[in-house]
Amino acid sequence: MSTNILEMRNITKVFPGVKALDNVCFEVGQGHIHALVGENGAGKSTLMNVLSGIYPHGSYEGEIFYEGKECKFKSIKDSEELGIAFIHQELALSPYMTIAENIFLGNERQKNGVIDWDVTAEEARKLMQRVGLTKVHHDYLVKDIMVGQQQLVEIAKALGKNCKLLILDEPTAALNDEDSKNLLNLLVELNKTQGLTCIIISHKLHELTEISNRLTVLRDGKTIQTMNRGDEAITEDNIIRHMVGRQLTKRFPQRTPKIGDIAFEVKNWRVYDPLDETRVVINDVDFNLRKGEIVGFSGLMGAGRTELAMSIFGRMYGKNIQGQIIKDGEEVILHSVGDAINNGVAYLSEDRKEAGLILIDDIKGNITLSNLKKLTRRGMIDSDLEIQAANEYKEKLNIKAASIFQKAENLSGGNQQKVCVAKCLFTDPEVLILDEPTRGIDVGAKYEIYTIINQLADEGKCIMFISSELPEILGISDRIYVMNEGRIVKEMPAGEASQEKIMTSIIQSSSGR
Amino acid sequence: MSEVTADVMKSEGIFDHIKDVVRRNLRQYAILLALIAIIIFFQIATGGILLKPINVSRLIGQNSYILIMAIGMMFCILTGGNIDLSVGSVVAFVSASSALFSVTWGLPVGLAIILGLLMGGLAGVWQGFLIAYVKIPSFIATLAGMLLFRGLNNLILNGLTIPLPDLYITIASDSIPDFIGAAGLIIPNFVTGSGELHVTTIVIVLIATLVLAVGMSLDRKRKITHGFMVGSSTAFIAQVIGLFLVINLFGLWLAAANGFPYVLIILVTLILVYTFIATKTVAGRHVYALGGNEKAAALSGVNTRRVMFWVYANMGFMAGIAAIVFAGRLNSSSPLAGEGFELDVIASCFIGGASMKGGEGTIIGAIIGGLIMGILNNGMSILGFNIFIQSVIKGLVLIAAVAFDVYSKSKASTRVAK
Repeated sequence: MSTNILEMRNITKVFPGVKALDNVCFEVGQGHIHALVGENGAGKSTLMNVLSGIYPHGSYEGEIFYEGKECKFKSIKDSEELGIAFIHQELALSPYMTIAENIFLGNERQKNGVIDWDVTAEEARKLMQRVGLTKVHHDYLVKDIMVGQQQLVEIAKALGKNCKLLILDEPTAALNDEDSKNLLNLLVELNKTQGLTCIIISHKLHELTEISNRLTVLRDGKTIQTMNRGDEAITEDNIIRHMVGRQLTKRFPQRTPKIGDIAFEVKNWRVYDPLDETRVVINDVDFNLRKGEIVGFSGLMGAGRTELAMSIFGRMYGKNIQGQIIKDGEEVILHSVGDAINNGVAYLSEDRKEAGLILIDDIKGNITLSNLKKLTRRGMIDSDLEIQAANEYKEKLNIKAASIFQKAENLSGGNQQKVCVAKCLFTDPEVLILDEPTRGIDVGAKYEIYTIINQLADEGKCIMFISSELPEILGISDRIYVMNEGRIVKEMPAGEASQEKIMTSIIQSSSGR
Repeated sequence: MSEVTADVMKSEGIFDHIKDVVRRNLRQYAILLALIAIIIFFQIATGGILLKPINVSRLIGQNSYILIMAIGMMFCILTGGNIDLSVGSVVAFVSASSALFSVTWGLPVGLAIILGLLMGGLAGVWQGFLIAYVKIPSFIATLAGMLLFRGLNNLILNGLTIPLPDLYITIASDSIPDFIGAAGLIIPNFVTGSGELHVTTIVIVLIATLVLAVGMSLDRKRKITHGFMVGSSTAFIAQVIGLFLVINLFGLWLAAANGFPYVLIILVTLILVYTFIATKTVAGRHVYALGGNEKAAALSGVNTRRVMFWVYANMGFMAGIAAIVFAGRLNSSSPLAGEGFELDVIASCFIGGASMKGGEGTIIGAIIGGLIMGILNNGMSILGFNIFIQSVIKGLVLIAAVAFDVYSKSKASTRVAK
C-alpha cells in the first residue's frame, strides 16, 4: 500500500486560549487500518473534526489532500460527498426511528422528495447483510436493539453513503468483548474485501495493535510518532510512553502534607445506570479519604468518576445504589443533596456552566445559594450579611471582578470556577469532592486553584480530586486511585506513581484482555 | 495542549457596571414607559374619559382578579417557563364551591369564603403534585386541569347560575367606609365637581406614601454603605417625589370616586407580601435559582421538587382569591366564570418581563403587564372597538412586547467566557 488516500499537512487549530492542533501531519495509506491514539485532549477528535468538515475550511491552518486533491470542506456534507464518513462516539442515531430509516437518514432513497419505502427496505437489508446485522429486522426501532448492533447500523449508514474512508471514534468503548471482536472483524473484512480505509481512535491498544497497519500517537496537539505494523517498536509500553511522555514543569505549588486519620470512607459502592437498570456503572468501589489529604482520582472519561462522585453526593446520579458511606467513623445516609451538605460534603461539578452556576445571577447570588439559611434572620435573607459573606469569599479566593454584583456569565472561566469553589466552601464542608476543577481554564488560574486546594487540605479537609489530566493528578495528589470501567483498579501513593504506571493500569484493566 | 497564559479578564469597569444595571432594568423601565405611553394615548383618544375617577375605579374592579392571578402565575413562570392553563377553570370551580357552601348548604358566608379559598388551594395541590412528583409536564397537567375543573364547576352548578350573598359583593365592589368624612371632615369634590371627597382614602394614601419615601431613603443609605452602585441623589429625589405625587394623585382620584376599594387592599397586600417573598426569602431565592439553572440549583441543595409543588399549590390558592373577587363582581357563580382568564393572566406576565427560560421576571412587572392589558381592554371598549379587533390588537401587543424582550436580550447578550 504505497499511495496515501489522505494527507493532512501542517494542520493548526486554535481555540481561544488553547492551541488544540500544532502543525500536525497525518498520512493515511490507501486501504489501511490506521489507529490514532493519545490522551484526552491530545487533539484526536479535533483532528478528525477538521478532516470531516465539522470545523470548516478557514477555521484552521494547513491543507488536506484527499485522493490526491486538495479539499476545502465547508461542512460535513462536503466530506461525505467525497466518501468520508465519521462515526462519533455518541452514535448519531434517532432512537424512535427504524433501522432502515436510520441507515438512510439524510441520504434518503427518494424521488422528488417522496421517499420510496420499498427501495429503502431493500437496500437497508442489503447493507445490513454486509455488516453482519442479520439477527434483527430492518423495521425494529433503534432504541430496541443493543449498543453493539446500533454500532453496526452506523457502519451500514456509512456504507450506504459509499464511504471510502471511515473514521471511527472509540467504536468499542461501549461494547462488551464479543461485540468488540465482531466489530473489529467486520472492519478487517471490509478492509480486505472492499479496500475500505479506516481511521480508528481508541484507547484499547491491544485491539489496535492486532489490526492496524499504522498507528499515530498524538500528544498536546502534536504528532509524536507514527509506527508501522511490523516495526519492532509497536508495543503497548512504547505507545504509552509516547502518549504521556512530557516534562513535568513547576506548575504546582509546594506543599508539605499534614495527613491525619481516615475521615471518610465509601464501601462496597454499587450504582446502576438510571437509563438501564441492569447495567452496573459503579462496580463495588471502596475508597477512603484522610484529613488533610488530597486524593487524586484518575482515569479516562467514561471511567465512572463523575458518576461515583454524584452518586455519593446525595444520590444525584444512578439507581439502586448500594453500599455504605462512613464519615468520622459513623455511617451516614445521604439521600439528597441537602443531606450531603448537612453532613459536611461539598461537590464541585465538572461542568460549571451546565450544572454549577446560574449564569444570569450575580456572583453574590451564586456563592450564597448553597447555604442561604446561614444568612436568614427572622424569615428574611439578611442582605447585609449576604453582601459581607460574598465579599469575604471574593477576597479569599481572589475572584477578579468589579464587584459581587457582577453577573456570573460575564466572568472568565477561571473566575467562574472560583465562584463555584466559593459556593462549595460556603457550606463549611469537611469533605470536598472536586470534579475536574481546572478544566478549561488557563495555567495561571489553575495555579491559583491549586493553591486554594492546598490551603483547604492544610485546614484539615478531605479532598477528592477528580481529573483526566495526568500531570495534574501527579502534581497535586498525595495518593492516587485509578478508575476504569466503573472499578478502582489501582491505588498508589503519589511518590510511587508515574504517568506510565497510571496509563498502564488503565489499559491493562480494560475489558477484552 | 499548549495554552495561552494571561487570564483573560472579562470583568467590567465601574462605568460598564452602571450600564449593566440600566440594561438589566431596561425591561422594567421599558414596560413602565409603555404603560405610560398607552395611558396618555387612550386619555387623548377617549377625550379624557379614561382617567375620570369613576373609570379609574372601574379599571381596578375589572382587572383586580387578573392581577391577583398574575402574581401567582409569575412564580410558576419563574421556575422555568412553566404556565398554568387551568386558572380560569379553577376560578369557576372555586366560585361554584363557594356558592355551594354558602347558598345550598347554608354555611355562614365567611366560612364559605374560607372553604372556597381552600378548594382553590386543593386544586393547586393536586396539580402541584402531578407536576412536581409524578413529573407530568406542566403544560399537559394544567391543560387537563382546565378541563377537569371546568367540568367540576358544571357538575356543582348543574348549569345554573347561583346568586351569591352580599358579603361577596362587598368584597368585590365596595370600599372602605369614610370614617374621617363621617367624623366631620368634609372636602368638596373639586375633581368631578359634584359631591364630596372620600377623605379617609386621601389620608391613608398620604401616610402610605410617606412610609414608602422613608423606606426608600433608608434602603438607599444602606446600599451606599455597602458599595452598591446607586443612581445620583438628584435622580433619587426626583424618583421619590415623582412616586409620591403620582400615588397621591391616584389616591385623590379614588377619593373622588368611591374611595379605597377593598379589592385594592387585597391586591396591594398580595403585591407587598409576594414581592417580599420573591426578593427577601430563601423560598423566593430558590424559585429564581430553579429557573436560572435547574441542575445547578439541585446541586446546591435546592429541593427542586418541593419548589415546583408549592409554586403550583400557591397558584391554585391565588386563583381562589381571584374567584371570590370575581364572583362578587358578577354577584353570582356562573358556569361560564373564568373563561379565557388564563390567556390574560399569562399574557400579563410575559408583557411584564417574564422569560420562558425561567429565572427572570418580577411581581411588579407582572402587575404593570396586567395594567397594560387592562387599560388596552378598557380604552378600546370606551372607544367602542369591535371585540374581535380588540383581540387582534391584544395579540399584537403581546408579540411586540416579547419581540422587544428577545431583541433587547440579544443585544445585551452574554459574553461567553471560556
